[in-house]
Amino acid sequence: MDEALLRTLTPAVIGILVRRGADFAAAEDAVQDALTEAVRTWQADPPRDPRGWLVTVAWHRFLDAARADASRRHREVRVEHEPVPGPVRATDDTLRLYFLCAHPSLTPASAVALTLRAVGGLTTRQIAQAYLVPEATMAQRISRAKRTVSDVRFDRPGDVATVLRVLYLVFNEGYSGDVDLAAEAIRLTRRLAAAIDHPEVAGLLALMLLHHARRPARTGPDGRLVPLAEQDRGRWDTRLIAEGVDVLQTALARDRLGEFQAQAAVAALHADARTAEETDWVQIVEWYDELVRLTGSPVVRLNRAVAVGAADGPRAGLAALAGLDPALPRHAAVAAYLHERDGDPATAARLYAEAARSAPSLPERDHLTRQAARLNARLRG
Amino acid sequence: MAKYLLLKHYRGAPAPVNDVPMDQWTPEEISAHLRYMHDFAARLEATGEFVGGQALSPEGTFVRYDGEGRPPVTDGPFAETKDLIAGWMVIDVETYERALELAGELSAAPGAGGKPIHEWLEVRPFLAAPPTITE
Repeated sequence: MDEALLRTLTPAVIGILVRRGADFAAAEDAVQDALTEAVRTWQADPPRDPRGWLVTVAWHRFLDAARADASRRHREVRVEHEPVPGPVRATDDTLRLYFLCAHPSLTPASAVALTLRAVGGLTTRQIAQAYLVPEATMAQRISRAKRTVSDVRFDRPGDVATVLRVLYLVFNEGYSGDVDLAAEAIRLTRRLAAAIDHPEVAGLLALMLLHHARRPARTGPDGRLVPLAEQDRGRWDTRLIAEGVDVLQTALARDRLGEFQAQAAVAALHADARTAEETDWVQIVEWYDELVRLTGSPVVRLNRAVAVGAADGPRAGLAALAGLDPALPRHAAVAAYLHERDGDPATAARLYAEAARSAPSLPERDHLTRQAARLNARLRG
Repeated sequence: MAKYLLLKHYRGAPAPVNDVPMDQWTPEEISAHLRYMHDFAARLEATGEFVGGQALSPEGTFVRYDGEGRPPVTDGPFAETKDLIAGWMVIDVETYERALELAGELSAAPGAGGKPIHEWLEVRPFLAAPPTITE
């Protein structure tokens, strides 16, 4: 039983049901039922045409549900008989599903959950485990999301930027439980890149590949965070890096720069350096300048200050930091890093301890506490 | 089996015996402490006594309803005198004595100088569901 194949088929099968007249919510439920049935029976009796099998079973599930629903409400079944299957363009259906599941009327958490289920073919249980919420809670979130988009027309094209934001969120969640969300986000972004020709889709795919390539080196054997400069670059996945760089270069050649391409360019420059010392910080600063221009984001300015500190010295980095709101997440950590390089370990230690207190995750807090401890030990002599 | 909440405080608990802030430890002492905490949770999972646990940010705010059509009133961050929970762990154990034993082990986590912190942990029983047979 090939679960990966099953999940790949999910959006196309939903699309076919919707084309035959099912509404999205009912189609999605019917396909989940068919997937469960497939997991149960394919092992012993694998079908010759998996997609055809799923379409048939899902369609019958849909008809059963629609009839039951209709008799409950004493009204006619809208779809009575099975239409003759026409030529189907699975790619278009998949693309429409991406747009629908990332519809702007959905909250980010709902869009993420719906995308993982309807496009990714994950079960509600798997999604709930990945986000550490009870399965019933996730089921409610998904069914509310489906109600929210029930009036959205399936064939209307959407905004690709909303889809990219959802996939970015999934990627950034990392992984917990038995579902690797980063790998899932890459799979979904690859499919999107195959379905739509857009440089920012390629930019996001490149960004994900380049960051995913570093994952084996990002945590130590005891689970601690290893900062970029200290990572064992021999553990970076060169195959993913090569693919990411390739995807990025093709996108950049189109000359329609966007924020994901620029972020991927920064990641590519890091990937390109065999040692931390060889990093081309001057070019990285230039890409951050582009990012500031594209987004105006204070978080980007904060990261730019780190790059400026590495390219032009810690004083320049601190100057770049000066205009930014100290309440920004990770501001104290960046300031600590720059003060240490500026030869002021006492200020750096104080700021690292402050950064640890406001750290948003446990690994970051442990890392920052360790930095403070390292400097304090040195100060005690 | 009975469930207990083990509470660790940033503030509000009596001072531990080995009371040195973590950023004054050596990095190796920090590693040893984190390993101990990790191993403790892993061991409880292995014995079937671990339910869950989470660390909490020191940032916190008191909030209350302020009447129809008005935004909630907030008061915070916590004043220096307030209790401040640092994290919690829920265990499911046979007896109260077992809960105390485990809290004692957790409190023995190594700190500065590699010596146990002797930190005060709060052990709170959960109110259970009513039993089916009551007579």
